[in-house]
Amino acid sequence: MVIKIFKGFIGRVISNIFKNKKKIKLGFYGPPNAGKTSLANRICKDFTGEEIGSVSKVPHETRNVQFKEIEISYKGKTMIFKMVDTPGIATKIDYEEFLKYKLKKKDAKKRAKEATQGVIESIKWLDDMDIVVVVLDSTENPYNQVNITIIGNLVARKIPVLIVANKIDLKKADIKKIEAAFPEYDVVGISARYGHNLEEFYESIFKLSKKI
Amino acid sequence: MARKKRGIGKIEGFSIHFLSYSDIKNLGTTERIKKILNIVLGNNILIFQGRLRPDEETRLIEDTMAMIGHVSNFKGIELAVVPRNNEKSIFGKAREKIANAISGGDLGAITIIGPATIVKEIKKDPKKIELLLNK
Repeated sequence: MVIKIFKGFIGRVISNIFKNKKKIKLGFYGPPNAGKTSLANRICKDFTGEEIGSVSKVPHETRNVQFKEIEISYKGKTMIFKMVDTPGIATKIDYEEFLKYKLKKKDAKKRAKEATQGVIESIKWLDDMDIVVVVLDSTENPYNQVNITIIGNLVARKIPVLIVANKIDLKKADIKKIEAAFPEYDVVGISARYGHNLEEFYESIFKLSKKI
Repeated sequence: MARKKRGIGKIEGFSIHFLSYSDIKNLGTTERIKKILNIVLGNNILIFQGRLRPDEETRLIEDTMAMIGHVSNFKGIELAVVPRNNEKSIFGKAREKIANAISGGDLGAITIIGPATIVKEIKKDPKKIELLLNK
């Protein structure tokens, strides 16, 4: 009887600790088509079996902030994250660019309008993040001002940053260029598409979580 | 008739506008952004001494996005900041911070902003900056 009560008490304590465990808001930021949703999908699929959003070759596929709560377990530790997948931040959006992907003019214009609103929404969410993963395409020039602006804002807000160099499976990928551009930050090279090097990514996220 | 020279065609329809830091130093964020966007909307490439604060850069992007679709033929901007040569030593960094605090901004930096209809891309790497124009 005493053992039963003791077991119940322990169970309740553990469950309360778990319930009260802080949810870490983990934001995915970066320019369009860098692979933010692909990475968020990969993580969500690993731990919940479900995806957070659709991906496409057409830029600005994500035009609204998307959320998913997941529990990530790594090397015996478990943390609860609120994943916040944001639309890509850009300084220009031209509907004619979407016509190249065979979208109808009406759809292209609609997409462009939604994309501009998505950029504004992404920026508004910056203040609410606990940790931000800046996803960059490792085949592109990292010195793009959008990347510098995002990281500058995170530093000003004292939000811990992890830079992810995505698409390392591609021949043109150059992680060293990203490391040279942002020498003060940890850069983890991954392939969200094929799930390469996600162990190092999870390790870095858990490490950053301690800084909150 | 002007003879076409190798590689360089006639470029028309825009001008380059220079601003010194003193022109925007005493303006608040809203006025600064308004001034910058007014120059860019007039089909000018703006080059100014110094740089915006990170929050001002995001505000510039937000206001730019809000204008696309509302201002005829406006597709956004191209933006690049050329920072001053970064000081590596602690003493150098401290001296930089003091100088910035006294002047009220990073005067060693140069900011280039152009309308996306004219400026196709500003290619930047640590040592050079290239301004690619739309044909």
